[in-house]
Amino acid sequence: MLKIENVYKTFNAGTVNAKTALAGLSLHLKPGDFCTVIGGNGAGKSTMLNAVAGVWHVDEGKVIIDGKDVTDLPEHKRAAYLGRVFQDPMTGTAATMGIDENLALAARRGQRRGLKWGISNQEREHYRALLADLDLGLEGRVSSKVGLLSGGQRQAVTLLMATLQKPKLLLLDEHTAALDPKTAAKVLELTDKIVSRDQLTTLMITHNMKDAIAHGNRLIMMKDGKIILDIAGEDKKKLTVADLMARFADAAGEGIANDRMILG
Amino acid sequence: MDIGNLISALPGAAAQGLIWGIMAIGVYLTYRILDVADLTVDGTMATGGAVCVMLTLAGLPMPVALLASVAVGMLAGLVTGIFHTIMGIPAILAGILTQLGLWSINLRILGMANKAISVDKYNLLVSLRYIPRTLITVFIVILLVIGLLYWFFGTERGCSIRATGANQAMARAQGINTRFNIVLGLMISNGIVALASALYSQYQGFADVNSGRGAIVIGLAAVIIGEVLFGKLARNFAVKLFTVAMGGVVYYLVIQFILWLGLNANDLKLISALVVAVFLAVPYWRAQHIHAKSRKRKEAV
Repeated sequence: MLKIENVYKTFNAGTVNAKTALAGLSLHLKPGDFCTVIGGNGAGKSTMLNAVAGVWHVDEGKVIIDGKDVTDLPEHKRAAYLGRVFQDPMTGTAATMGIDENLALAARRGQRRGLKWGISNQEREHYRALLADLDLGLEGRVSSKVGLLSGGQRQAVTLLMATLQKPKLLLLDEHTAALDPKTAAKVLELTDKIVSRDQLTTLMITHNMKDAIAHGNRLIMMKDGKIILDIAGEDKKKLTVADLMARFADAAGEGIANDRMILG
Repeated sequence: MDIGNLISALPGAAAQGLIWGIMAIGVYLTYRILDVADLTVDGTMATGGAVCVMLTLAGLPMPVALLASVAVGMLAGLVTGIFHTIMGIPAILAGILTQLGLWSINLRILGMANKAISVDKYNLLVSLRYIPRTLITVFIVILLVIGLLYWFFGTERGCSIRATGANQAMARAQGINTRFNIVLGLMISNGIVALASALYSQYQGFADVNSGRGAIVIGLAAVIIGEVLFGKLARNFAVKLFTVAMGGVVYYLVIQFILWLGLNANDLKLISALVVAVFLAVPYWRAQHIHAKSRKRKEAV
């Protein structure tokens, strides 16, 4: 479903601040794969997601989604294939617009936006039902401005927006990192529910090793813009945090010096 | 200081205010909806009038002249949009560049700095000689403009423009071409400003290359006055646009009052600039005040 082939990306190339964020990255995901991504700060996790989403163009390599080479497509055109949830709850929604209006914008992802009404009453009722499913008490305030919602509610709405039209690929960029533990658990539970219901191919970055192990059928670890560890299937089911740390030390030739990954 | 003078001047001030209210609606679209400060309008506010006067003098019917004004205004918006989105120039600078270029274009259109048009010889929509008719006509135009914008910003395309102004990252993630929408928004805004300019030149009886100088400040003043005075009443988008237009009227009534107090008309721009600066500062100060208060409360606990 997703093929990243030998992708390179260097920021500020040719200056003293040059930083190679992706160094020959390759990754293949099969349809229905739910792959969690871990790695230290600056390992290239978010850069990988941004390369897939087309936030900027890669220096080298190819990105192929569902057999279609999207390497040269601009961000807004690739959006037709992607559902995205960001780390910052502010990023995924338009704060000054209603919950219903945000959902209506997402429902039209990948379609031509013409002079038909931006949202119909029928749609609004449909969204009310979907919001009721979230069990966050949002069904009674369908037309409220998203800016009035809490961070957790906003992430839940963003997740709903990302999956309203079944995306070829769901990109989750530490989407629970800014939430308190209880809310984070709830949003993760919701993520699992939607991903398994719609059989979505998913890439989820997390800084939490326990979450990375508990969710999905595949786990990759990144370092210096490359994948250094790739565990799937039965191996992943048996994985513990201690295993993961040992495997990381083997693969990287050094210990994990990042408290956030262990404690998070 | 004869109060009679003031009262007799008020209808004219209200008429001017209504025309500038249309212009302020254009400014509102960029400043509030698109979140772009567009300075093109200082040029467009002269261009619309220049086009309208020249075409009317050439014998074209008024609807054609008005439509042409709007089209040329939209073209100016297109240029600023291209400067900003394709050439990567910051929005404020892009607007300033277009505005400067328009000054020469306005001179070319008019052939001179100032061109008169007589309401006696031509069938003008509005004129300072016929204030009541002007008030009614401009009011109807405002309602038409608001109706059209209310419809448009409720459509799929209009909603996507609002999303572009609210959060570009989100808009792109939802497949919205933000660059196209910014250009479209700038075009619509400048089209409306050119319409206001066309009406204003008819009202005054002449088009002048300098009539747009400081227009952005008057437009912002109207937007802010409208929000400060009537902001609590306006939830609905159409009502918000109407309060912006009313902000223009209040601005001109206040100016008229200040002039009546005996102030030198040459000092008006200075006063306008200061008043707008203060109004722009109010939300900032208010936020800081709230912050300081909540911190004090925390310390007291």
